[in-house]
Amino acid sequence: MDEDTSAYDTGHIPGAVKIDWKQDLQDPVRRDFVNKSQFEALLSERGIGNDDTVILYGGNNNWFAAYAYWYFKLYGHGDVKLLDGGRKRWELDNRPLVKDPANRERTSYSAQEQDRSIRAFRDDVLAAIGVQNLVDVRSPDEFAGRLLAPAHLPQEQAQRAGHIPTAISVPWSKAANEDGTFKSNDELASIYGAAGLDESKDTIAYCRIGERSSHTWFVLRELLGKDNVKNYDGSWTEYGSLVGVPVALGDEPGQA
Amino acid sequence: MSSDTLGCGAPEQSAPIPVTVDLGKETVITGVVRAGDEPVAGAYVRLLDASGEFTAEVVTSPLGQFRFFAAPGTWTLRALSRSGNGDATVAADRGINEVLLPVAAA
Repeated sequence: MDEDTSAYDTGHIPGAVKIDWKQDLQDPVRRDFVNKSQFEALLSERGIGNDDTVILYGGNNNWFAAYAYWYFKLYGHGDVKLLDGGRKRWELDNRPLVKDPANRERTSYSAQEQDRSIRAFRDDVLAAIGVQNLVDVRSPDEFAGRLLAPAHLPQEQAQRAGHIPTAISVPWSKAANEDGTFKSNDELASIYGAAGLDESKDTIAYCRIGERSSHTWFVLRELLGKDNVKNYDGSWTEYGSLVGVPVALGDEPGQA
Repeated sequence: MSSDTLGCGAPEQSAPIPVTVDLGKETVITGVVRAGDEPVAGAYVRLLDASGEFTAEVVTSPLGQFRFFAAPGTWTLRALSRSGNGDATVAADRGINEVLLPVAAA
């Protein structure tokens, strides 16, 4: 399954169906992603059954594929995997890409209720300041408040700059090699240990809109097997727009 | 469309800079990836900060173009492609900063 808003049409892995993050996975009106019945309708229409093995890949170092992976887990899909290295490693390896869309017969997909144990809302985040691990996975310049968005996007935004107080800074990119593949589990464990992740505490990961933090959520929950890791999909575009909440500036986590 | 709904994915790289972008405020780092004289489409270009940390990544346009919105300072560009890899550094100021980014097979 290719998760990419434009790349699918110019070439995708043979047999992959397209899921467009904006069109298919976001609610068209509210700021939220698709609800249970919308998710069921999407998967049924794309021909994905409850017992199918789903392999996700995408561009942007698999950020959005990791986001989709988190949705699949949230709605209780059994067998879902992320293609290590995503579209980038596939392209750099000169592996085959095709343009003809894959057609799969319609199914009748049945999703479970959202697994709230892997999703954090803003009140969970406020309660976690100084109490749980908060992991900010944006770039160091976004963490410090010197940039408001990833550097491939214009910088003018409504939100305040900075980070959630007491959050540690572990950019998502620390977990990946430059070809987009994940680092080894030993390397990953030492990266988060050195950054100050407290093994005895629950963890919430966030970024700007929740897709880079899905990548880190995948690393912590699925590769390193940690319990009680949540993704805050509201992330900085929500938190940085809230009235009255604490914000820390600069390279240090800051005080609760 | 607001920046919220744009998401964090990189926009198409050959598109004109949106008219809402104020070049008096933005630090644009832009250029073309070339292997010899040929532009390289579909190259993966990363922007690394002064400490070498990843800041952003885009895929070059059919004409090999890339574009970042950064901040004034020293940045490193790193390209991976089927035609080879390459690096360049840039001391960027506000406005448009043009960079040549050659790649070659190792």
